[in-house]
Amino acid sequence: MAGLQIDKLSMRFDLPNGSSVQALKDVTIDLKAGELLSVLGPSGCGKTTLLNIVAGFLAPTSGAITLNGKRVFGPGPDRGMVFQQGALFEWMSVRENVGFGPRMKGMAEKPKREIVDHLLDVVGLQEFKEKAVYELSGGMQQRVALARCLANEPDVILMDEPLGALDALTREKMQGLVLKLWKETGKTIILITHSVEEALLLGERLIVMAPRPGRIHKEYNLPFAEMGVGQDLRQVKKDPRFASTREEILSMIWDMEEEIMGGKGA
Amino acid sequence: MNVIGELWAELLAVLSTIVGALPYIAGYVLLILAMMFVWSFVKRMLTPKHDYGSLKTVTFGDESSVVSNTAASVISIVLIFVLWGAFTGSKILPGFMHAPGPFEGEGSFTYTSTAADGTTDDATVAVLVHPVGEDVANPAIEPGDGFAKNDSMTIGTYRAALLRVGDNDDFTRNDGAVITAINGKPIVAGENVSVDFGQVSMTPKGTLNVQPATGWQMEPIWLPSPEAVWKRLGEIATDGYRNSTLAEHLGFSLFRVIVGFLLGSIVGIPLGYAMGLSSWFRGWFDPIVEFMRPVPPLALIPLVIIWAGIGEVGKIILLFLAALWIMAIAARSGVSGVRISKVHAAYSLGASKWQIMRHVIIPNSLPEIFTGARVAMGVCWGTVVAAELVAAEKGAGMMIMVASKFQSTDIVLMGIILIGIIGFSIDMLMRWIERIMVPWKGKG
Repeated sequence: MAGLQIDKLSMRFDLPNGSSVQALKDVTIDLKAGELLSVLGPSGCGKTTLLNIVAGFLAPTSGAITLNGKRVFGPGPDRGMVFQQGALFEWMSVRENVGFGPRMKGMAEKPKREIVDHLLDVVGLQEFKEKAVYELSGGMQQRVALARCLANEPDVILMDEPLGALDALTREKMQGLVLKLWKETGKTIILITHSVEEALLLGERLIVMAPRPGRIHKEYNLPFAEMGVGQDLRQVKKDPRFASTREEILSMIWDMEEEIMGGKGA
Repeated sequence: MNVIGELWAELLAVLSTIVGALPYIAGYVLLILAMMFVWSFVKRMLTPKHDYGSLKTVTFGDESSVVSNTAASVISIVLIFVLWGAFTGSKILPGFMHAPGPFEGEGSFTYTSTAADGTTDDATVAVLVHPVGEDVANPAIEPGDGFAKNDSMTIGTYRAALLRVGDNDDFTRNDGAVITAINGKPIVAGENVSVDFGQVSMTPKGTLNVQPATGWQMEPIWLPSPEAVWKRLGEIATDGYRNSTLAEHLGFSLFRVIVGFLLGSIVGIPLGYAMGLSSWFRGWFDPIVEFMRPVPPLALIPLVIIWAGIGEVGKIILLFLAALWIMAIAARSGVSGVRISKVHAAYSLGASKWQIMRHVIIPNSLPEIFTGARVAMGVCWGTVVAAELVAAEKGAGMMIMVASKFQSTDIVLMGIILIGIIGFSIDMLMRWIERIMVPWKGKG
């Protein structure tokens, strides 16, 4: 069975003081190959925990992840990750960073260089390939991170707020790039974000999660990602459906936040 | 209570020393400030600048606008040599810049002897003050008339000399004659009288003690002049000292430091990695490392001498121990400092544990290790000098220790300056290697 199945995933941590936290409860998502899913939710709803379980960095207390019919038990090159920031290897040049995955597989120098050159063209960093990564701007660094992830030919790309640390303008450009890469490569992507607009723009499907315990609150199928491919994203944002969905989700999240805060008397 | 009293007395002594030094410190600070204003004035006159920094209005407390002023550094170093030269009468300075030197040349005073019967007579004492080590004859004098006869004497600079002026008189001390005045000013035992070239005092038994003025300059035995130290450097560089050339002395010290440091790194870095990667190893070695780290390596010298003797082995063990803990802690914090997202990224790019070690953890820890290496080299250099002070046949520390026993202050100063220069060079070299090897330091 192709695609990524997240089946009744639950996660429970014991805290040192004896109590325990239900980070996730019965999360089930069935993702077909090539789908782009964005996950939204207030802080503490378990988005990152979910991503870490899918990546294999955490083992769930119950439930299972299945990728292309195989259970996932640990991290692997079939699931690439893009982090918010700081996950590039600053002791390597841009080229070496992008070629890291192929190098770990023991790929020969020539095909590796072809892959790297191709991806640097795709993300528009060809002329920076010999630079050190710390010499690049934040947006360029995230392009390197995307290229590094793609170089490994993963089946699924997991993005943990990949554009969260960028300024608004760079962020918009990068959103276009993510859509373009998604369409060109046909990868399955899970994108975690706390920007409602970004989730709507990029997500073919969108899941809004609720906290305590972390669970799926509402699921949407959205047309905007398809509309946005090769388009000016600002045109997409002008669509009346975009505005109404954004308002709906925003008030949903506001309600959740108020519920949390209200419980604390804030 | 006794101990507290002792400490109190010590504290008072220290405080009185500080208070005594305060005028000099204040003078130095005033000099610094004066130079600062002169310099900033001159600079403003010469180069009216309008770069971003000079347009800032808030510069007090703005760390970014404070960079080391090269002119201040140069003036500061030049001033040290000027002061050194001024107070040693150095040839590198023109004479008018010298502090007043000791009296040198001929002087004289008269004394009045009172015989037992009350009659008095005056006689003159000719004094020749000459640089120590110079061979000079007593100034020629006439005996003079009366019962008190003229005398002559020679004294080395910075020295004093006793003279029983009455011994050549017709009436001596044994005849009941006593000295009652110097240059007409009355004197009794225990008192002193100023004369034009210094002062004359009288011992309880009535002997005159002639002390020519010493001036403000330092005697070479306390502080040799810069050129004397330079000259001694030349001599020792060509002739050696204590059966070893200068290069041998310094080379042996450096050899010990390098061997000790390398051994410490070879053991310490893997130890630090083990501590950074395994909580069991960390738990095992943490108490040992954390206990040994604050123990100054010098405190281990006695034990090392007891166990390993005073040869090379002992010193290298000492330096090994000095470097070991520093390197272990540096490697440990280098490993612990790796961002988990980097490790996660490497895993999801298909890296194995060994590949993560080699391509992520080790390169990530290098900046910390280089910082540790710089500290360790500094500590090792300090420790080797101190260890050689205690016992060694060759080495920079041994050289200055032996020289101090012979009051060869010039060699001591030369050694201290060389030790400082080498320590500084080691640090510069380590910084340079660091820039080449870990250009990503602080950029993660």
